[in-house]
Amino acid sequence: MKNSLVITNLYVETKDGKKILSGVSLTVKKGEIHAIMGPNGGGKSTLAQALMGHPGYLITNGKIELNGTNITPLTPDKKAKLGLFLGFQYPVEVTGVNFGSFLRMAINENKKSGEKKLSPIAFRNELSESAKELKFRDDITKRSLNEGFSGGEKKKAEILQMVLLHPEFAILDEPDSGLDVDALRYIANTIQNINYKFGLLLITHYQRLLHYIKPDFVHILVKGKIVKSGSAKLAEEVEKSGYEKYASNL
Amino acid sequence: MTNTQPIIKDNYKMGFHMPEKPVFKTPKGLSRKVVEAISHFKNEPSWMLKFRLKALEIFQEKMLPSWGADLSGIDFNNIYYYVSPSAKKFRDWNDVPLEVKETYDKIGIPQAERKFLAGVGAQYDSEVIYHNLKKEWENQGVIFTDTDTALQKYPDIVKEYFGTVIPPHDNKFAALNSAVWSGGSFVYVPKGVHVKIPLQAYFRINAARMGQFERTLIIAEEGSYVHYIEGCTAPIYTTDSLHAAVVEILVKKGARVRYTTIQNWSNNVYNLVTKRMFVEEEGFGEWIDGNLGSKVTMKYPSVFLKGKGAKGEVLSLAFAGKNQHQDAGGKAIHLAPYTSSTITSKSVSKDGGRCSYRGMVRIANGAKGSKSFVRCDALLLDEFSRSDTYPTNIVNEEDVTLGHEASVSKVGEEQLFYLRARGLTETQATGLIVNGFIEPIVKELPLEYAVELNRLIDLSMEGSVG
Repeated sequence: MKNSLVITNLYVETKDGKKILSGVSLTVKKGEIHAIMGPNGGGKSTLAQALMGHPGYLITNGKIELNGTNITPLTPDKKAKLGLFLGFQYPVEVTGVNFGSFLRMAINENKKSGEKKLSPIAFRNELSESAKELKFRDDITKRSLNEGFSGGEKKKAEILQMVLLHPEFAILDEPDSGLDVDALRYIANTIQNINYKFGLLLITHYQRLLHYIKPDFVHILVKGKIVKSGSAKLAEEVEKSGYEKYASNL
Repeated sequence: MTNTQPIIKDNYKMGFHMPEKPVFKTPKGLSRKVVEAISHFKNEPSWMLKFRLKALEIFQEKMLPSWGADLSGIDFNNIYYYVSPSAKKFRDWNDVPLEVKETYDKIGIPQAERKFLAGVGAQYDSEVIYHNLKKEWENQGVIFTDTDTALQKYPDIVKEYFGTVIPPHDNKFAALNSAVWSGGSFVYVPKGVHVKIPLQAYFRINAARMGQFERTLIIAEEGSYVHYIEGCTAPIYTTDSLHAAVVEILVKKGARVRYTTIQNWSNNVYNLVTKRMFVEEEGFGEWIDGNLGSKVTMKYPSVFLKGKGAKGEVLSLAFAGKNQHQDAGGKAIHLAPYTSSTITSKSVSKDGGRCSYRGMVRIANGAKGSKSFVRCDALLLDEFSRSDTYPTNIVNEEDVTLGHEASVSKVGEEQLFYLRARGLTETQATGLIVNGFIEPIVKELPLEYAVELNRLIDLSMEGSVG
């Protein structure tokens, strides 16, 4: 299917055989925002990592299709080049690697063949605009990738990368955890200001973020399964009554 | 060592050689006769011949070091100790043979540097065949020439300092170099003179089974400053080559000398170099030493802090791939009060390569108020590679500060996944991580060298991962 990310009956386990996802199916169309909610240990982060191709997770059954292409066996870089983006819950620090040079390299790597590379000046302009929007205090281009970033800066830097990489589908793994209200607002505004159609899979533990970014669909992931899907109202319901009743239904 | 297969993979882009056109060549192997022939051919003063012959005796008496890397593969009888490519010396770049220029083209001497080429002493085979000292320096009284020429033109200065920092009996390879040395750079900076543009020299082994034994001597008089840069790559050969250089530097009172090397010998070279600086009162001596290639490297640039308040710094970078052993580090010997030293070592091992940090800090009795800090970090790219640390501290004075930090890390799965999730291939991601790791040393290099080094690292990642 064009303009969609289709996950069909996905089974995922860790390298040492611990089963985490048991048959997740989900379709995200461009222009839609899907929120995945669920209790700790329900498999939210595993879903994010497995979709991107983390080598620590094995997909034992099911498939992932991006715009009609089966991307299940592809390496993370190939998935990224096809337009998939993962915003990490815990971005790693890479010492000595300049944030700006890294990001420009990534942007140019993701250009399709024949597409013009981004010039250093054009990149700098784009970067400083988004950095301003996200209220980065220091000149981020002078710093090492995520090194010495505060918790909030790390999260904002993920959003910054997403904005500049122009993905077709983005998975954001708990972009709200550890953020203060202001930072949360900057992130939400930045995401809403993206001016082209893309699909967003938003993984969150709390409903807080969803006050700022209204999802079209909400899915509850418990014990490796989507136990309920609904509209934004479902998130409000969860906020009132918690996840327990969904867990006990299993 | 009768291996006739190329040791290096085809993708070793710096590996190539031009047809050699030697004019004079001693027979293989080392003897009194060979040493006499070298000295005679160069028309040297008799004291130098005596010095060489004495050194030969010391070399023959000394055992190979019992510590460090495995040197049993060296066959001293299977080496040409002297080859001269050309009897003629060139003063003008236009007169340099095309063949030599092509060689430099392939090494990729950056365009930015070519305008400075008027001041470059470039060594091709054992001989410096091109030399053109910038007028400005000549006017300031700076001497920058090859050591053979210096011996002819400035015999008194050479005689005064030659072998005083590193005497022939220091170690077997210093003795060997003293017996058969050829080429190398001679730099003399008069009192108070600051040399603004770094002096650069390129070295290159280009004759099969030929060792290079260059001898560098730098004298920085009181209050002077000079930055000397040397970089080299080597062609592929199937038989083992030996590179045993000696670098002696005298940093006088209040002077500062920085010596930068990047060495990228091909993977069949034994690179055994003795480098030492004497630093007088309030002087500052710095070594920046990058070792990327070779089969075996043993190199520990040293600073002997002889005067009150003298400072020394060693930045060592080692990169070991398949069948390579880099045994590198640094030494700081504090002989006077209030001296300070820093040794920073970064090493990267991959494909079963081995890096050893070997360092020594000695603080003599009476060197009160002295400080030393050693930091060594190792990065392993896979499970087959190896890193060791052999630090030695000898402290004979109570009032001192001594610090040592060491770390060993592996390229992590999470780092790789993160970078790959942004669209970088495994090779690109690994290259980025490695370049980030060595960045603290690379940032001290002149820009062209930093670029070249990053490029070499990226190049060497190709085919090793994924």
